[in-house]
Amino acid sequence: MNAWTNKTSGGWCSPVSRSNRMRSLWLAALFALLGLLLVASVTVGARYVGWGDIVAALSGAQDNIGRASVALRIPRTLLALLAGGALGLAGAIMQGVTRNPLADPGILGVNMGASLAVVVGVAWFGMSSLYAYIWVAILGAGCAAIFVYAIGSLGRGGATPLKMALAGAATSVAFASLVIAIVLPRGDIAGGIHSWQIGGVGGATYERILPVLPFLLAGFLVSLLSARKLNSLALGDELATGLGESVATARAVASLGAILLCGATTAVCGPIGFLGLVVPHICRLLIGVDHRWLLPFSTVAGACLLLAADVLGRIVARPAEIDVGIVTALIGAPFFIWIVRRQRVREL
Amino acid sequence: MTIPSSTIDGVIAHRRKSARRYRLVLAVLLTLVAAIFAVTLSVGQSITPPGDVLRVLVGEPVSGASFTVGQLRLPRAVLSILAGLCFGLGGVAFQVMLRNPLASPDIIGISSGAGAAAVFAIAVLSMNGPMVSVVAIVAGLGVALLVYGLSFRNGVAGTRLILVGIGVSAMLQSVIAYILQSAPDWNLQEAMRWLTGSVNGAQLGQALPLLLALLFFGGLLLVRGRDLETLRLGDDTAAALGTRVSQTRMLVIVAAVGLIASATAATGPIAFVAFLSGPIAGRIVRNDGSLLTPAALTGAVLVLLADYVGQHVLPGRYPVGVVTGALGAPYLIYLIVRINRIGGSL
Repeated sequence: MNAWTNKTSGGWCSPVSRSNRMRSLWLAALFALLGLLLVASVTVGARYVGWGDIVAALSGAQDNIGRASVALRIPRTLLALLAGGALGLAGAIMQGVTRNPLADPGILGVNMGASLAVVVGVAWFGMSSLYAYIWVAILGAGCAAIFVYAIGSLGRGGATPLKMALAGAATSVAFASLVIAIVLPRGDIAGGIHSWQIGGVGGATYERILPVLPFLLAGFLVSLLSARKLNSLALGDELATGLGESVATARAVASLGAILLCGATTAVCGPIGFLGLVVPHICRLLIGVDHRWLLPFSTVAGACLLLAADVLGRIVARPAEIDVGIVTALIGAPFFIWIVRRQRVREL
Repeated sequence: MTIPSSTIDGVIAHRRKSARRYRLVLAVLLTLVAAIFAVTLSVGQSITPPGDVLRVLVGEPVSGASFTVGQLRLPRAVLSILAGLCFGLGGVAFQVMLRNPLASPDIIGISSGAGAAAVFAIAVLSMNGPMVSVVAIVAGLGVALLVYGLSFRNGVAGTRLILVGIGVSAMLQSVIAYILQSAPDWNLQEAMRWLTGSVNGAQLGQALPLLLALLFFGGLLLVRGRDLETLRLGDDTAAALGTRVSQTRMLVIVAAVGLIASATAATGPIAFVAFLSGPIAGRIVRNDGSLLTPAALTGAVLVLLADYVGQHVLPGRYPVGVVTGALGAPYLIYLIVRINRIGGSL
């Protein structure tokens, strides 16, 4: 049926027939990890803060520097949680929709498309409200996705994984260059140069998170509900059609969910790459290819990975911090190379 | 341009015509470089008469012109030409060797590698001068070997090499971004140079090491140009024609990386010049001769012209890399469309 089943069935038990008890155990473990990381994200930072102050800050006190800095870490943690979940889920959806193991919102140029759209809006149309950012980012993400899919499926053989990845990566490089060209000469664009080139969750506030919530919620809902359709798509277009699935509609709906997630995330955080690539692959190894499990799993695992990357970025460079987009690129790019290097990159 | 007849005379006539056309192309490109150079020297914020420019070049002190021409415009123009030649030559060498226009050093991570090393050397190790170039060259070579090695699997497939290179490039760019981020005392000028390439604040002292690198590595490439051209026909054909394939390839990699890394250490990775020069030169030259020299000259034209446009034509002042980046991005997308439509690798 697909490369992953064949590849992993040799080693352990087959991922398809993996029991639900096993999956539930993994899910519980993942939630435990998430809880641990949430605590770490609130407690660890450039400044050491005692437990007493942390508890006080959690209940709203901001009367000394320690408590105030913890109060700053809470929205940041929330944003990392949301963005990580969104990108992990979007990656799983994109890999399912395109049946491409190399698909990822960053590699396929979707995040950069959103970023470019926002930058153009700010620089040339004087856009300034966060709502406008979100709408424009989602529009940009959608256009980029359609564009890359159209380029990637030109010519003989249709949208093969490598062709698609090449089309996406090249588009991403081109967009990134345009983003630099637009932002660099202007000192006045919010967040300066690299927040639209490399994403981060630093400086999050509730006022910036609140407006994206409805968009993210819609995205999560649409995406998670398309799990069954993605399972049909995984059988191949002919078989899915034979089972009574409308292939084009299923693809369009699932993609819409992913685009909502990517666009909304990029509007707040900037483009964060490679997260959506790594997370679904790890999840497939753990719990198999059933999208009804894979999608929620990728969401939680994505949140875990982004939180971990953010905490790591705060620890490594103390007292400065590394943007989470830099950390995910450093973790994710070798992973990308590893997948490209495998004997043949087959369709999922 | 069909061969008139299959007789030997016809072939000879065709070859002569080709050679004539090739010389014409070279002459036109050279004239173009010289013309833009002259304009850059004499027309800027203020216009300096050609006579004054000449007198400054000879070394006479001319009131008013000595500073603008001698200190501001000349170093900038000279550095632009040298960097353009290096980027163009190094880029086309990679493209010809790997038979793929996407395999240019600025896409497969070699420029980012040299850039990251240069930024690291300057910001963290506080080095300067020629040592930075050396570090950049070593790092560029390391990245080239890494990308080549990582994409090697029963031979190097073009698409795999480019994707691996893009992955490596993404990592190195994060490293550059991190260093720029953690060194906040750097001004915007420096950041611009390392993000997109710029010749702002050029000094004549920077030109000498670049000139030496160009003469040495460029000379090496031009001497082995014929072997490189046979690689275009495929490895087997090249071997059958008497080219030592792996030796030539090593040499080309070293020379091209040397060129790219030296230029990157001086001006930063000027976006897409290495990528654009080869295909543009290919359009002009067609099949009339070697691409190396025309591509180098095209690179010089691109950098000179883009810098002039960024400085004086556009509203506001843009570093050269911003202009070439905006130029290269649509071409990159067009190229992907064309490659996919034709099918297979180039």
